[in-house]
Amino acid sequence: MKNKVSVAVFTLINFVLSLNLFAQQSVKQEVAMADQMRADGKIWVVVAVISTLFVGIIAFLVSMDRKVSKLEKQLKK
Amino acid sequence: MKNNWWKIVAVILLSYTIYFGLMGTVPRRAILNESIRNVYFHVPMWFAMIAMLSTSVFNAVRYLRSNDLSYDIKSVEFTNVAILLGILGCATGSIWATFTWGDPWPNDPKLNSVAISMLMYFAYLILRGSFEDEQRRARISAVYNILAFSVFIPLIFILPRLTDSLHPGNGGNPAFSDYDMDSQMRRVFYPAVIGWALLGTWIATLRVRIRRVSEIED
Repeated sequence: MKNKVSVAVFTLINFVLSLNLFAQQSVKQEVAMADQMRADGKIWVVVAVISTLFVGIIAFLVSMDRKVSKLEKQLKK
Repeated sequence: MKNNWWKIVAVILLSYTIYFGLMGTVPRRAILNESIRNVYFHVPMWFAMIAMLSTSVFNAVRYLRSNDLSYDIKSVEFTNVAILLGILGCATGSIWATFTWGDPWPNDPKLNSVAISMLMYFAYLILRGSFEDEQRRARISAVYNILAFSVFIPLIFILPRLTDSLHPGNGGNPAFSDYDMDSQMRRVFYPAVIGWALLGTWIATLRVRIRRVSEIED
């Protein structure tokens, strides 16, 4: 009898303690979070930074290009 | 070719930066992880911006000494490129901060100082737009430029050191050895600074030439 109770208590404690693990597992599997930027040693942050520089410089070049086109139009007149 | 060698140097240095910035070895640090490589891309923006602003002030002083409008054109175009670099520096800094400091714009003295400086230089452009007379515009904006620069330098170099900042090398009296850099990183970082400064100069000189042509046209 005593043995049965201790087995039940042991099982219950194990079950409660392992709930935590179940929870973690399900989070990992089911809930999609935007962890990509923190994955792979945050290398994607570097990629984002370099892309920002590229986009910024290209945008600036486009604005300069427009200026030159305007100038060319004036010269033709 | 004789006068364009520095443009080739700019391209070589920036290619070197991109290759070794991504492939080179970097110190392993918690939280920063691989994003420490942003030191090669985010920080040179500010160094190059300071180089552009110094050139701009130098030309503003030369204008005030000579009343030659060609110096005024150089002055404003170097400021324009400096503003571009400043905006890029803010944007890249925000991305980096989001994933390391947990906030795109933390309440950090360096960031707030930079925000004030950027506003000062936006005001410079607005000020220029409000004058009709060329000489008057050039004179007043040259004086404002000198004022803005002499506020900018204490704002970003001195004030953040008087308090605590998230940026390395701030708070206290740091030397460069306080940065999270080893000699391997310096070998990429310094060429990156020179490369970006040269690229900025290249863009600025292009804009100066465009403006010169448009003024002849007028």
